[in-house]
Amino acid sequence: MIPRRTAHERVIGPGVVPHGVDPEHDALYRGRTARGTVTDEVLRGVRGRPFTIDGKAREKAPATRTQTPYVTGTSALGLKYAGGVLLATDTLACYGSTKRYKSVERVKRVNDKCAIAFTGELSDFAYVCDLLEELTTEDFCEDDGTTRDAEEIYQYLTRVMYNRRSKFDPLWNSFVVAGYDAKGEAFCGTVGMIGTHYADDHVAAGFGNHIARPIFREFYKPDLTEEEAVEIMKSALYACVMRDKQMMNKFQIAKVTKEGVSIGEPFAVPTEWGYEKFYNPTKFSPGGW
Amino acid sequence: MSGIGSGYDLSTTTYSPDGRVFQVEYAGKAVDAGGLTVGVKCVDGVVIACEKLVPSKLHKPGTNRRTRAVARHAGVGGSGYTPDLAAVADRARAECANYKSFYGDAIPGKVLAERMAHYYHLFTLYWSVRPFGCSTLLGCKDFDGYHLYLVEQNGECAKMRGACIGKGKNAAKTEVEKLKLNEITCAEAVKELARIVYATHDVKDKEFECEMSWVCDASDGEFVRVPEDIAEPAREAARVAAQGDAMES
Repeated sequence: MIPRRTAHERVIGPGVVPHGVDPEHDALYRGRTARGTVTDEVLRGVRGRPFTIDGKAREKAPATRTQTPYVTGTSALGLKYAGGVLLATDTLACYGSTKRYKSVERVKRVNDKCAIAFTGELSDFAYVCDLLEELTTEDFCEDDGTTRDAEEIYQYLTRVMYNRRSKFDPLWNSFVVAGYDAKGEAFCGTVGMIGTHYADDHVAAGFGNHIARPIFREFYKPDLTEEEAVEIMKSALYACVMRDKQMMNKFQIAKVTKEGVSIGEPFAVPTEWGYEKFYNPTKFSPGGW
Repeated sequence: MSGIGSGYDLSTTTYSPDGRVFQVEYAGKAVDAGGLTVGVKCVDGVVIACEKLVPSKLHKPGTNRRTRAVARHAGVGGSGYTPDLAAVADRARAECANYKSFYGDAIPGKVLAERMAHYYHLFTLYWSVRPFGCSTLLGCKDFDGYHLYLVEQNGECAKMRGACIGKGKNAAKTEVEKLKLNEITCAEAVKELARIVYATHDVKDKEFECEMSWVCDASDGEFVRVPEDIAEPAREAARVAAQGDAMES
């Protein structure tokens, strides 16, 4: 058996020993692999790089794969109207840029007073859902006729997010929280990845913050009817899907009213790609190629 | 320390010469002094009813709950010291949450009952702690249907079709044994249990509330209080029947 060296090499990662960094060690391998003679070329890493993974060294180093997002959802939008609050997302979860999971419900009902929508890492959102589930179970067991309201859920999320960023292991999400506060007034807020948060009449998390909010600012007024609010929401979703490559033309709108939370069926909006500037997008942009 | 055989009841760490642990038996007496708790497993769920003695007219109705949900699918009712019951229910709640976060699924009734029994048992092993002065009935829905468990102050745990603990448990047990538990539904059992609670109530104890909770198909498998529109008529009928009985005798 070929003697295996176990050591830690920073260049490649925990527990990995590349050839070419330790001539003495490399000499052990020379001419002894099953696939033929190992040349200097191979050992320098030009054609291949045999290595050993040291389990113990891996244990010492914490896993880092949880610190970058893998499967992600993009924008989430929230908008108040006269009778409640709307939440909207598309139903896509991307694997990198691949449109991988096309029927993901990105809205969660927390309780009768609150629903949240997320952007960012899908699995981190699943974890946050577990945390919220524990809270609602607590409320259920207490059975004292009250549950946590949307503002409390929002404050809770800010603490969770800030706590995790302080451990240098942030949850890769931002949220839109919609529902009712303790006074029974409609509430709409957003929580960022590192615990940043604010509440407003309309909010957007993710890329939609740049695309949807100008539309909200233009059309929002406090006495919007539900139909008007849904129309504004649809035009915002349309704007998002036309400009955000991580977005998909399959949306869900959820609403929180005094009666509770209802999450709507998925739908599409008509899109138009025949604009002149889409044919040759770089024609009018200096510096393009 | 006079007399032969005395002095063995000072700690749970000492057996008496005939193999008994008196402190644990005394805890059982505390349970028997507390208001009655009856539970039955029916065809479509589990009902637990408590005779909650109200020590003062100044207490607000519904305070000091004797039946408590410990998870969505499980809850306990018990007799004995109310604070002890609260402590046990709290532990049961923690067990449910822990199981859920570890295995990602709701805790099965059997596992929960055994974990609660272990917790009770721990408090019968050391001189530095006192055994719990309460016993519990556990109603639960899991992958395997509905279950009723009796978890006692000494750490015993048994799966039951019907069970009674607390004051007047023997009279209540005779009544529960008459019920056709393989046939009745929870809605019927609510009436029967209310009747049993009112019938076995000792008139020397002044006020009491009849508290009823269930986990059944009608509650979507959640452990909740029996809705007032079902519970109140049952209580009312039981109250009338109990008064009638009192007049006759």
